[in-house]
Amino acid sequence: MSKEHDRGMTVIVKTVTRLTVGLILLYGIYIILHGHLTPGGGFAGGVIIALAFINLDLAFGGGVSAKIFSKGKTSVVEALGAVMFLTLALLGMKYGGFFDNFLHPDGSAGQLVSAGIIPLENIAISLKVGAGLFGIFLTLIVLQKFESEKK
Amino acid sequence: MIELYVLLGLMIAGAVIAIEVKNLLSAVIAVGIVGLALSIIFLLLKAPDVALTQIVVEIVAVILLIRATLHREIALKSCGTRPFGAFMGILFLGLAVVAAIVTFNSLAPFGAPLMTVSQFYPMNAITGTGAINVVSSIILDYRAYDTLGEATVLFTAVIGVLTVMRSVGKKKEEDVQENHE
Repeated sequence: MSKEHDRGMTVIVKTVTRLTVGLILLYGIYIILHGHLTPGGGFAGGVIIALAFINLDLAFGGGVSAKIFSKGKTSVVEALGAVMFLTLALLGMKYGGFFDNFLHPDGSAGQLVSAGIIPLENIAISLKVGAGLFGIFLTLIVLQKFESEKK
Repeated sequence: MIELYVLLGLMIAGAVIAIEVKNLLSAVIAVGIVGLALSIIFLLLKAPDVALTQIVVEIVAVILLIRATLHREIALKSCGTRPFGAFMGILFLGLAVVAAIVTFNSLAPFGAPLMTVSQFYPMNAITGTGAINVVSSIILDYRAYDTLGEATVLFTAVIGVLTVMRSVGKKKEEDVQENHE
């Protein structure tokens, strides 16, 4: 048995997590991309994607998802989402005003590619929210590790 | 309507249990009951967007609360009885209840809101923005400033958590290095 098998929860939980974590991630992406067609949107979808990584962490013990997506990366991705959202808002200034929907004529209502900049704004918000919440989760785990080492 | 009152009673019971119970894990689970009941209420009131966001955020909040509080010994302080404080608390609670009754009597009945300004959005959202989901077209097009403010609030919260927690971690690292030296 390698060292990885000792940490985290039981084999049952690990197997189920291995099977479902991809589906959770896929569902989050679906919620984000269909934010302008079905209930949901960037906020909920971003939190679901963060939950997929948190799920990995809870099942396989602390620090597994930190290897995939480190704390520095979460800061970068979160800032990237914020910059993307503000850039979309500022690009509208050229066409009519702050947050002007300048891509609107592209696509017809009900299609996946429609509603102008709304899907792009959903993606930006999802990056921000998902990376931000996952960063908070990682920070709390890192802090806990330091405190348990102290004891 | 009866199921709404049942869920409201469940929420109140969960909140009272969360305050009164001594075990931290039980308190966190009781808070989770409040969030779940609120999510079902949103669903019954035909607000699936808010219900989805509520339940997802509630899961994250409960996980964070469990992970952050469970392995830590938080001393429970029992505060003594303060007659003056209790009297003032009851007095202001009574005033708030009276003010709420007066206010809610003057509002439009539940389920029939005044649609003077907001009538424009459901009528024009699909042709105006091209988004089938009217909620999405409002929060990301008509009222995008609100979303910008919300995003700023979350950004500030994340920066605050990262900053506060990082200072502790860095100090510890320096201590470890000093001990090695």
